[in-house]
Amino acid sequence: MNEQSITGLWVYLSTRPLLGLTMTLVAYGIAWRIHQRLRGHPLANPVLMAVALLVLVLTLTDTPYPRYFDGAQFVHFLLGPATVALAIPLYRQFNRMRAMALPLGVTLLLGCTVAITSAWIVGAWLGADERTLISLAPKSVTTPIAMAVAEALGGLPSLTAALVIATGILGAMTAQGLFRLMRIQDRSAQGFAIGIAAHGIGTARAFQLSPEAGAFAALAMAANGLLTAVLAPWLVPMLKHWISH
Amino acid sequence: MLNALTILLVFQLIGEVITRLADWPVPGPVIGMGLLFLTLVLRGGPDDSLEGTANGLLSHLSLLFVPAGTGIMLHAERLESEWLPLAAALLVSTVLTIAVSALCLQLFVKRRAASDE
Repeated sequence: MNEQSITGLWVYLSTRPLLGLTMTLVAYGIAWRIHQRLRGHPLANPVLMAVALLVLVLTLTDTPYPRYFDGAQFVHFLLGPATVALAIPLYRQFNRMRAMALPLGVTLLLGCTVAITSAWIVGAWLGADERTLISLAPKSVTTPIAMAVAEALGGLPSLTAALVIATGILGAMTAQGLFRLMRIQDRSAQGFAIGIAAHGIGTARAFQLSPEAGAFAALAMAANGLLTAVLAPWLVPMLKHWISH
Repeated sequence: MLNALTILLVFQLIGEVITRLADWPVPGPVIGMGLLFLTLVLRGGPDDSLEGTANGLLSHLSLLFVPAGTGIMLHAERLESEWLPLAAALLVSTVLTIAVSALCLQLFVKRRAASDE
């Protein structure tokens, strides 16, 4: 095959959804294998490694993100049904959750407030501009809610999406170390905390710790999504007023 | 499996329709999850096929975030100019949120265990 036909083949393939979809699965497959090889070490986060690999390949081949996404959207689409499917682990833990309703409610309110306020304070203190701060505020909740909140408050929804994923990865990477350090052994407390701080990526990590932690993370993720949508439009103007850079 | 996938999509669709009509900032799949949960409580649990399909989807939940995560390349410029406040805010806030939430809930759990004895 000469060079011209290789270029022609690339031009053809890069306009089809097949390539973006396959690249996503292959990158994740490689990342997952490394994750397993390192015995599931939290720092070897599969999402982080797969994203890094894809950004590298897309940059080197000069492929614009929207063209990649033409294919990757088929994987992205499954986030919807997967979110609905979280109802099943929730159902399994329903009785325990009902018995703990008050502690869970108090923890959620506290965690949600800390998530929004602490990000704002640190960001403002280090000189981020206001649109960045608003985009940062809903970073702990699942992407669609976070983007809707950022947009309604005057942030940049697509920046929020990137910050949400980064938050999820950070949460999944640091949670276990923190629990060890702080001697938090209770699986429900572990799962619930990861779910509040790190939404779906944290929940995926929590399922690796135990099914119980996973279910509590799923509950926290859903509940924090709802609470942030209600609380942020009320907290952000206050933060804007009291703490600007 | 086809049946189970259909159920999940139908609930997502119902959720999507509700948030549009009511103009809520909550995404459709989250409403769909709530409705499916209620249905499971009323009907006494999922059947094997739904359970199996759900577990299959959830066992590789991380994969589903990869396409959106790769979107970070769209923000290379802002990340370059504001990487320090962004990185510090994300790290401090995430660690603090996990620590405060876990500590708070564990305190409740311990207190309950102590009062049970």
